[in-house]
Amino acid sequence: MDTPAILEKLKQNIGSGIAGSNLEAIDPWVEVAPGALPEVCRFLRDEPELRFNMLHCISGVDYLQTDPKKKSEWEPHLEVVYHLSSLVHRHRLVLKVILPRWKDNVEGQLPEVPTVSDIWRTADWHEREVYDLSGVRFQGHPDLRRILCPEDWVGHPLRKDYQMPLEYHGIRGR
Amino acid sequence: MPEYHQYPSLAEFVSTFLPESWGWLAYVLAALVHVALLLVLALTVAAASNWFERKVSARMQDRLGPTRVGGRFGWLQSVADGIKLLTKEDLIPREADGLLFRLAPYLSFCASFSIYLALPFAGGAGGWVAQRLNIAVFFVLAVAGLEVFGVILAGYGSGSKWSLFGAMREAAQVVSYEVPLALAALIPVMVAGSMDLVRIGNLQKDGFWDWLIFHDPFTFLTFFVYLTCAVASVNRAPFDLPEAESELVAGFMTEYSGFRWSLFFMAEYASMFAVSVLAAILFFGGWNGPLPLAEWLGLTQSHGGLAAYAGNFLGMCNLLAKSYLGVIVMMWLRWTLPRLRIDQVMTVCLKYCIPVAAAMLLGAMVWCYALPGGLVRAVRPHPEAAARWGAPPVDQPPHPPAALAAGKGGR
Amino acid sequence: MVLERVDPELAEFDVHTDELLVNMGPQHPSTHGVLRLVLRTDGEVVKEVIPHIGYLHRCAEKIGENLAARQWIPYTDRMDYLAGMNMNLGWALTVEKLLGLEVPERARHLRVLIAELNRIASHLVAAGTYGLDLGSFTPFVHCFREREKILDLFERVCGARLTYSYITIGGVMADLPRGWLDECEAFLVSFEPVIDDLHALLTSNAILIHRTAGIGVLSPEMAVSYGCTGPVLRASGVNWDLRRDGEPWCTRTYVGYKFEVIAETDGRYPQDAPYPPVPSAVVLGDCWHRFYVRMLEVVQSVKLARQAMDYYRKSPPGVGEPLRLVQKLPKGEAYLETEAPKGQMGFMVVSDGTTVPWRARARSSSFCNLSVVSELCRGCLIADVPAIVGSLDIVLGEIDR
Repeated sequence: MDTPAILEKLKQNIGSGIAGSNLEAIDPWVEVAPGALPEVCRFLRDEPELRFNMLHCISGVDYLQTDPKKKSEWEPHLEVVYHLSSLVHRHRLVLKVILPRWKDNVEGQLPEVPTVSDIWRTADWHEREVYDLSGVRFQGHPDLRRILCPEDWVGHPLRKDYQMPLEYHGIRGR
Repeated sequence: MPEYHQYPSLAEFVSTFLPESWGWLAYVLAALVHVALLLVLALTVAAASNWFERKVSARMQDRLGPTRVGGRFGWLQSVADGIKLLTKEDLIPREADGLLFRLAPYLSFCASFSIYLALPFAGGAGGWVAQRLNIAVFFVLAVAGLEVFGVILAGYGSGSKWSLFGAMREAAQVVSYEVPLALAALIPVMVAGSMDLVRIGNLQKDGFWDWLIFHDPFTFLTFFVYLTCAVASVNRAPFDLPEAESELVAGFMTEYSGFRWSLFFMAEYASMFAVSVLAAILFFGGWNGPLPLAEWLGLTQSHGGLAAYAGNFLGMCNLLAKSYLGVIVMMWLRWTLPRLRIDQVMTVCLKYCIPVAAAMLLGAMVWCYALPGGLVRAVRPHPEAAARWGAPPVDQPPHPPAALAAGKGGR
Repeated sequence: MVLERVDPELAEFDVHTDELLVNMGPQHPSTHGVLRLVLRTDGEVVKEVIPHIGYLHRCAEKIGENLAARQWIPYTDRMDYLAGMNMNLGWALTVEKLLGLEVPERARHLRVLIAELNRIASHLVAAGTYGLDLGSFTPFVHCFREREKILDLFERVCGARLTYSYITIGGVMADLPRGWLDECEAFLVSFEPVIDDLHALLTSNAILIHRTAGIGVLSPEMAVSYGCTGPVLRASGVNWDLRRDGEPWCTRTYVGYKFEVIAETDGRYPQDAPYPPVPSAVVLGDCWHRFYVRMLEVVQSVKLARQAMDYYRKSPPGVGEPLRLVQKLPKGEAYLETEAPKGQMGFMVVSDGTTVPWRARARSSSFCNLSVVSELCRGCLIADVPAIVGSLDIVLGEIDR
């Protein structure tokens, strides 16, 4: 099944969760509302014609233009990108969840997305990495703590407005 | 002093130069001489084995090994390593129990070394042995088991969980394998009728067909059980779990460096060599060669003291060569086989070695009863061999119990 | 310099009596890199394994947001440093997918040849170090001796032994030097008997089978759910290989090549060569099968390398032009996974229309493969932990990036 057909099936079953799509991109993607993510994912995994049994990757992408000289074509936001595939039917899908950079626009409060780690067990570590590096909190995650950075690190390095700390345990940062 | 030998022991010889009541000093001096000679042997064996192991492992791995220190073959590599170990910093971890940590290597080495006191290196009437014991096999097996104390103390005293793990595994392994080792050593003892290693060696005098390993098929199979148990009791691969490098860094030896480590290391090589000497005497004729060359060349006691000395010297070289072959086989095994897990080590001991050894004991017992002269006598009855197996042993007291005489003489 | 803070997670452990919290690593002879495994053990039985990673995190993805696409290739080398060519290939194909750039035929065949040789080298390291973990010292040296020959070939091609940066966006950096194909053929001919030796020393060795049979059994459902790929997935019986089953942009590299995917189908492995038989004690999905799949894949890689050399000789000259540094990437994003030796390595590039990617993401196979270790090690003995971790064949450079 190609992505337009998958999108049709999704709209028929969980129409309220689908917030948008881009079928002309190189990897066609479907945007999902954060609250509907677990339902959509469970449907994608369990529906016999879809059977998306492998989650390949969860990535966090920060869309904030920090260079004042460049014109930004997008509103600052954060995207969490899910790459799925089905080993049974051999089709692929990209899901995106578009989030504000800070929850309720309060600086320091991380945006939230429900976890899919009970649907695909690999999401456990991938979501920890997105939390660690891009600063997205996953509700319902069994053990959300930093994975690549040390446990007491401050800040989320892959955000565009991140600055190295001045010092870390006596080691000079910048 | 016992009177069953014709030539004086070293102690007796020295005491002839001392006044009557100073006899004990002669004994002490003789003991010092024996210990010095054995220490030279043990340490030389350790150093030579170190070099040889590196060469053997290198060749098996398609590379050369030491080639620079001391000429083309790296002869002095062991010496260089020894100097390095002696000059290293003496490091004791903060959590270590000071006394136990310091004591452990010495315990291990002393236990290993004490085995040599009862091992004869040449035979004849007196035997080249530090202390001739008529329970020599029992002594050897008992003292060999003492090495585990050093290991446990090392593991506990290091104050590290990894060392403790290594020590516990070692304790379980060595103590368990003492049982099949003793059973396997018991069979040649039973066949020979004595625990005295000099007597066992002397019985295998006339060529390789007299060697105990060819006495009956059960003794033959027992040798392989003995080999497995010996490898396990000296912690060599595939039973080297206590020192498992890739899992526990170095097991119970993790916190040891410098001289203390070199003592453990020497203890291991000394033990390897000692169990090989024991195997050579029990199964492979000891100091007797495959053909009785010494007799043919006239290098025996009946031709005078110097000839006897030369004959014994050749015998000693023979024994050392056989033992070294045993050491080489152990090295070969180490560099070829992966390591067994602790539960598999225990399984091999309890489910395979002990039942097989017990079955061999039973079989050998039945065989000795049915064919007392062994395979050789059954196949090719030779009057001298028959007489020797039938006659009372060389050093038996003059009046054997009646039942024994009837049993042996009535054949 | 000492960190005073106590790991808050460990302090909250509910440690019962008789339980021991043992730490393996980060410096440890058998954890394949700087990996810290905290074992909660009850005597010799492991109740739980918690892996801690991040000791080798070098911020490659952040750096990728500051460099032109072609300048990031050396950073991909250092991810799975044992299979640098496959990493380069993954990133190059991803950016070519974004650009819609096709490489010349000769470059395509060169890429296959080099990638398969690197697969052999990576599997040799996996096999040798696995033997070393289990106490078998000699096969390790034999494997590394053969790997040296491959590294010598690579040095002739691009000047480097480990971090190549040879496969680039647009093709490869340079054509093969004179006489290289003959050397490669000579190596392949001398290598085949060594594979049989390794089978005798390792695959069929009774002690190794004893140590790995039934240990760390991974069911296919769990493997797919945990995102395990590569030999780990195929050893559980899932017949999936991206070189045959991947998306078109990935499989077009292997068009025209014949090879078998090594996975147990209908109870049998492919029979195209005299492989050692599967012993009866092993269970599908255990450590032995993962080892076996890698050994068999080496033979397939030799086959592929020979086919690639044939195709190379017949192809027209021209290995492509590396992407110019001032070339602007089109707006959009592209994600592509390729079959690297350790699993499926995925790269994502998001571009805002400039020469520098907006986001460069690497999805590593070992990251997902390692996450399953806490499931596999439940209830095993301590001595089984290196056996399981070694069979997953992880490389920390890839996990931590």
